[in-house]
Amino acid sequence: MVENRPILNFLSHLVLIVGVVVVVFPVYLAFIASTRGPNDFYSGVVPLLPGPHMIENYWAMLSSGMTTSGAPPLGPMMFNSLVMALGVAIGKIAISILSAFAIVYFRFPFRTLAFWLIFITLMLPVEVRIVPTFKVVADLGLLNNYGGLIVPLLASATATFLFRQFFLTVPEELMEAARVDGAGPMKFFRDILLPLSVTNIAALFVILFILGWNQYLWPLIVTTNQDQYTVVMGIKRMADVADSYPQWHTVMAAVILAALPPVLVIIGMQRLFVKGLTETEK
Amino acid sequence: MQTKRTVFPNRVLPYLLLLPQLLVTAVFFLWPAAQAFWQSFLREDAFGFKTTFVWFANYSKLFADPNYLNSMRVTAIFSISVTVLAMVIALLLAVTASRMLRSSKVYSTLLVWPYAIAPAIAGILWWFMFNPTIGILTYALRAFGVNWNHMINSTDAMILIVLAATWKQISYNFLFFLAGLQSVPKSLEEAAAIDGAGPVKRFWTIVFPLLSPTTFYLMVINVVYAMFDTFGVIHATTEGGPSRATEILVYKVYFDGFIGLNLGSSAAQSVILMLIVIALTGIQFRFIERRVQY
Repeated sequence: MVENRPILNFLSHLVLIVGVVVVVFPVYLAFIASTRGPNDFYSGVVPLLPGPHMIENYWAMLSSGMTTSGAPPLGPMMFNSLVMALGVAIGKIAISILSAFAIVYFRFPFRTLAFWLIFITLMLPVEVRIVPTFKVVADLGLLNNYGGLIVPLLASATATFLFRQFFLTVPEELMEAARVDGAGPMKFFRDILLPLSVTNIAALFVILFILGWNQYLWPLIVTTNQDQYTVVMGIKRMADVADSYPQWHTVMAAVILAALPPVLVIIGMQRLFVKGLTETEK
Repeated sequence: MQTKRTVFPNRVLPYLLLLPQLLVTAVFFLWPAAQAFWQSFLREDAFGFKTTFVWFANYSKLFADPNYLNSMRVTAIFSISVTVLAMVIALLLAVTASRMLRSSKVYSTLLVWPYAIAPAIAGILWWFMFNPTIGILTYALRAFGVNWNHMINSTDAMILIVLAATWKQISYNFLFFLAGLQSVPKSLEEAAAIDGAGPVKRFWTIVFPLLSPTTFYLMVINVVYAMFDTFGVIHATTEGGPSRATEILVYKVYFDGFIGLNLGSSAAQSVILMLIVIALTGIQFRFIERRVQY
């Protein structure tokens, strides 16, 4: 702030408060709805204050789900989402740190070609080539299991780029010293490079965990078995029915539960999240 | 391409290190992309008994198809609205938040978390608020004499998905604008203030031009987001309706491929989308090489 202008300060606070209210309101409303009973939605408009049914709604969703809409309980679905998010995050980090290591610390034929092959994946989001990718996964027998959910999403150009950029800034002397001391490449990788990358790995993990948790289209087509549903796609099935039977209270409980883990991750690790976001995307 | 001054001498090891990533890329990215490309020149008969090579028939059919042209128009309207809205609102919030000395952190925390909400869930939240029978906003609009129903009215449906998609994207843009604003040298603004430039003038003549790299980068990212990542918003709410009013290109690829089972056409649409992504990535990459600078 360059100079003190009370009116402008007041206006700024006003803009920000309105912004925060707009951002928070949809979720607040969902939370309110999730604490109400089924009869509160007959009256024609959604109530604005919490009701007494919070615990029973959440418990009902976690343990039994919505049987009328063919959606399984939320507990197992959230577990599937967790496995998928962790699998995507850890898998992506593992394969891309290895390939970035290869690209930066070795010189070998076809190095540039390999780099470009990885780069191409940046241009092929799964939404774009959905039908043939589905076919490949089906031919490999990966439908309805964690492998099919996770492995096709693993290749990531952005993570490889991030690690490449970072490795290029690691001082040359570290590697020279390691070689003088007789360390081989894998020892150097494990004892020097990995410890140096911890912050980057953590930042990337936050971003990729959210990315994995929020996958929608891919789980929608590779899981036909209720046991394999992830929570974000499962909610859609409940919402479809919610309009005909007034079950908004339970649908909104599910929405809150599905949104909670990634939001907690962001709030809890905000510094890492901002770092991961602003660095991976550039 | 850059490496280290000294490198490890191993011959086989680098290939082993690259193997997992290249394998996944080849099996789940390159092979399906090639398949889509090949499939886009084929036509299967209704029972899948025989396929014929039809050259560009799938493409020419697409561009003669009013539904596809409509889908392109819808995509353009949708992505431009989302990009403009999300960027303007985020810039406004970032500029005001960066003025704050103490409360800036608190406001950012309160503003960034929607990034973690899945597009599909964002869609459901707004769908709930605009629900024609019980939605709170519908109720409020009725007081103003607006009869909202996104299940019948195509403009309402479009507004609904634009709002939901924008709501989720603001946090992302906000963070980038805030980071961009913090890197604008304070001395420039102070010098202008001494010369008598007011806050508005300072913003337009100093801050905004210096922000242009961030703005340009976000523009590309937002278009990509609106075109490809919003499948969840649409699938969870309007499902492309009413009467295809919200059927964006990505939704149509999915619909024609999985529901309509028109594989040739879906593949041709995939190829067109890939060309769009490649063009956007190219723009973005050029930008990384040579930033917009003053």
